[in-house]
Amino acid sequence: MTQTVANANAPVLRVEGLTTSFRIDGRWTPVVRDLSFEVRAGETMAIVGESGSGKSVTSLSIMRLLAARSSRIEGSVQLAGRELTTLSDKEMVSVRGRDIGMIFQEPMTSLNPIFTVGRQISESLVRHRNLSQREARAETLRLLDRVRIPDAQSRIDAYPHQFSGGMRQRVMIAMALASKPKLLIADEPTTALDVTIQGQILDLIKDLQAEETMGVLFITHDMGVVAEIADRTLVMRRGVAVEQGETAEIFHHARHPYTRALLAALPRLGEMRGTSGPRPLPIIDPDTGVAMPSGSVSETVDKSQSPILAVRDLVTRFPVFGGIFGQQVGTVHAVEGVSFELAQGETLALVGESGCGKSTTGRSVARLIQPTSGFVGLDGYDVLRLKPLDLRRLRRSVQMIFQDPFSSLNPRMTVGASVAEPITTHKLAGSREARDKAADLLERVGLHASMMNRYPHEFSGGQRQRIAIARALALDPKVIIADESVSALDVSIKAQVCNLLMELQESLKIAFLFISHDMAIVERISHRVAVMYLGEIVEIGPRDAVFSNPQHPYTQRLLAAVPVADPARRGIRRDGGERELTSPIRPLDYVPPKRTYRTVGDRHFVQNEG
Amino acid sequence: MTTLLARRLLLAVPTLLIISMFVFLLQKLLPGDPVLVMAGEDRDPAVLELLRAKYHLNDPLPLQYLAWLVNALHGDLGISLRTNQPVLALIVEKLPVTLQLAIMAMTFALLIGIPLGVLAAVKRNTLIDYIVSLIALAGLSVPNFWLGIMLILVVSVKLGWLPASGYQPFSVDPLISLKTMLMPAFVLGNALAASIMRHTRSAMIGVLSSDYIRTARAKGLTEREVVLSHAFRNALVPIITLGALLFGELLAGAVLTEQIFTIPGFGKLIVDAVFNRDYAVVQGVVLCTAVGFISLNLLADVMAVLLNPRLRASL
Repeated sequence: MTQTVANANAPVLRVEGLTTSFRIDGRWTPVVRDLSFEVRAGETMAIVGESGSGKSVTSLSIMRLLAARSSRIEGSVQLAGRELTTLSDKEMVSVRGRDIGMIFQEPMTSLNPIFTVGRQISESLVRHRNLSQREARAETLRLLDRVRIPDAQSRIDAYPHQFSGGMRQRVMIAMALASKPKLLIADEPTTALDVTIQGQILDLIKDLQAEETMGVLFITHDMGVVAEIADRTLVMRRGVAVEQGETAEIFHHARHPYTRALLAALPRLGEMRGTSGPRPLPIIDPDTGVAMPSGSVSETVDKSQSPILAVRDLVTRFPVFGGIFGQQVGTVHAVEGVSFELAQGETLALVGESGCGKSTTGRSVARLIQPTSGFVGLDGYDVLRLKPLDLRRLRRSVQMIFQDPFSSLNPRMTVGASVAEPITTHKLAGSREARDKAADLLERVGLHASMMNRYPHEFSGGQRQRIAIARALALDPKVIIADESVSALDVSIKAQVCNLLMELQESLKIAFLFISHDMAIVERISHRVAVMYLGEIVEIGPRDAVFSNPQHPYTQRLLAAVPVADPARRGIRRDGGERELTSPIRPLDYVPPKRTYRTVGDRHFVQNEG
Repeated sequence: MTTLLARRLLLAVPTLLIISMFVFLLQKLLPGDPVLVMAGEDRDPAVLELLRAKYHLNDPLPLQYLAWLVNALHGDLGISLRTNQPVLALIVEKLPVTLQLAIMAMTFALLIGIPLGVLAAVKRNTLIDYIVSLIALAGLSVPNFWLGIMLILVVSVKLGWLPASGYQPFSVDPLISLKTMLMPAFVLGNALAASIMRHTRSAMIGVLSSDYIRTARAKGLTEREVVLSHAFRNALVPIITLGALLFGELLAGAVLTEQIFTIPGFGKLIVDAVFNRDYAVVQGVVLCTAVGFISLNLLADVMAVLLNPRLRASL
């Protein structure tokens, strides 16, 4: 781990002139071009890049896991001096898993659902270390202990679906490390995990690496993660390495404009301290390195009027069925006693980890799902008591933007028709007028009116999200619920879309309910923040107050877990607990406790524990 | 596991009740008064009334249904109008014949369909895949009766290898029994094999592109282990469900196949019964088939759960 160890060792992995091509429509198209780098023993090398940069293809090329008939690898890949590209398939099989271990992004789907985790780990041991079934089981137990899975003895015979995402990733790590590989390839291992779990997994990888002195090739899109884990960093763009070097060098003295653009677009937790309103992110042109004016936004919150959205004691529960007769056996308390207000022109961020009820809250407010009880007042409507016809009218006041820009647009409708559709279905204008308005809206979100007749597949993810925003704006809503709307986007695109949202708020005085798990983005974009945990708001207040003076232990934990894009913090360890989010599923006779809140500062409230 | 079994069994009860109602009503919906048939030439209203009373035909329909259901549950499915034998006895006599045919046909279908499907998936988009798919298409397209007649012509008439028709109970002479059933079972299983092959192929292709197969490869397992142990067991679940559903098709096919090879089985029984308006027999056969079909699907569900631990969790 230390610099001296890293320098003293010969490279574990040496990649030289790696070019990987895919056969697309009968032609060989290179997706990774002339890539060269090294990973030394005990060292962590990060490959960072946005989607389509070729970083994952690189890792699969090293493992030779790409389909042989549709891909071609040129150049040299040497593992501890042994050339891998020329090995026979049979020889390569015994390199995989024995000399190189690999963990993947999706812990939920990367384990075989029909085998116990114990079997899946011991399989590797039997294969590579020639252990008997009995020895393999004993060793598997030891491995499960080492990746800090609590109560390994009773968990070894459990199936993957009985584990949470974080625990499955631990199982993957145990499996990858089973035969003490020289190199561990971690392909976005924490991307699909909640931020507190991500912190735990990063810590675990660091600890294990220190014990084994293996080389780690860490592939990620997240500069924050890079800063925290990598000794050296390689930045990839469109299949080419644009820059590589010591991580601190890259962060502080990036030479390539693209690297600078990536770093500039990255919101850093804490940099908004002492300010109250949102501030656009700086954007740097990735080709020229020229900074575009990002400016600031003026005050948009209108406190003089009554809030546009008021939620009081909102409760949404879902029944859980089971047993012989399929009767109700429990209740998911998805949202429990949630209250907040949102002023015109204000952005309230709902933050929390998966399963905390933030999305359910958003959907309940728009009545896309039927809440159990409570009050929602939105633009003069008593939302929960609306008749079907009035519910349609409500939709003019509140619109939603979802996470996945790929599945939230109808692939068979032109984007112009998609944007114009809400206007015509609500009979606000004729079809010609609606088209004109759609054209205006597309311009407004930074696209061209001439793109109206194209179909969604002709657009990139960021452009599609802009189209979804244009569609949401079509009815001139007062409130937009943005449910993880920028989470699936690449860093630079994310910054642009966030800036667009702030700009629209400034000009149209829209109120945003911004649902997100990304604390750094939330810090940039919101006026106020509500932290949710197990269906309840545990802390709510002005953004600066919550971020710089978090009171609830969960808020503190959440903020501490966010990777900070500062290489100086690389050594840090978190509390190291194997804490898991507990479940909001309760027995039928469960009565939620009465919660009380205490006032910390101006409009800053914290739930009392107990 | 027991909870699941209990739940599925409970669900089967209303299904069976609904089927039994349909079967019962079938008889009532048909034109003609059974009393008139029974009375023959004697149209004396008093006699007719007596007959109606005797057979409870004046009772309200639900009561008649209940009486019929209670009898059916006791194994009394009525008397065949044509042969005057109890329907149950007819079924018990013919069922083993068709059962043997069905089991042999299904065995054929699985033995041919699954390995070919796996092979086509592994060799996807290669010549092997195309050839296998072509065979499957041919199997689906060739009509049963044509294949049956051709086989009789070539294998029995020209070559004289296998008997062209007839039936020998398995218990009497297993070898001859198997020999006579071989061709019909092949004819019947052939189209099923094609379906099973296509489904196995697509299930395997789906599984082979999943993340956990990539994990298995990254772990250094050989391609053989990856395909047979990690992929195949996952692909098996939809295949089993399909197999159980195809059983219905199998019975429909059996009607025709038994006619071609003159096998005295279930199919022949129901065809004869329909042509002779022997409604009691039709009712009995339909009821019996439905029970068989439901049990088989129950079995498939249980097997799917045994293979897939995720389903066990949702109990």
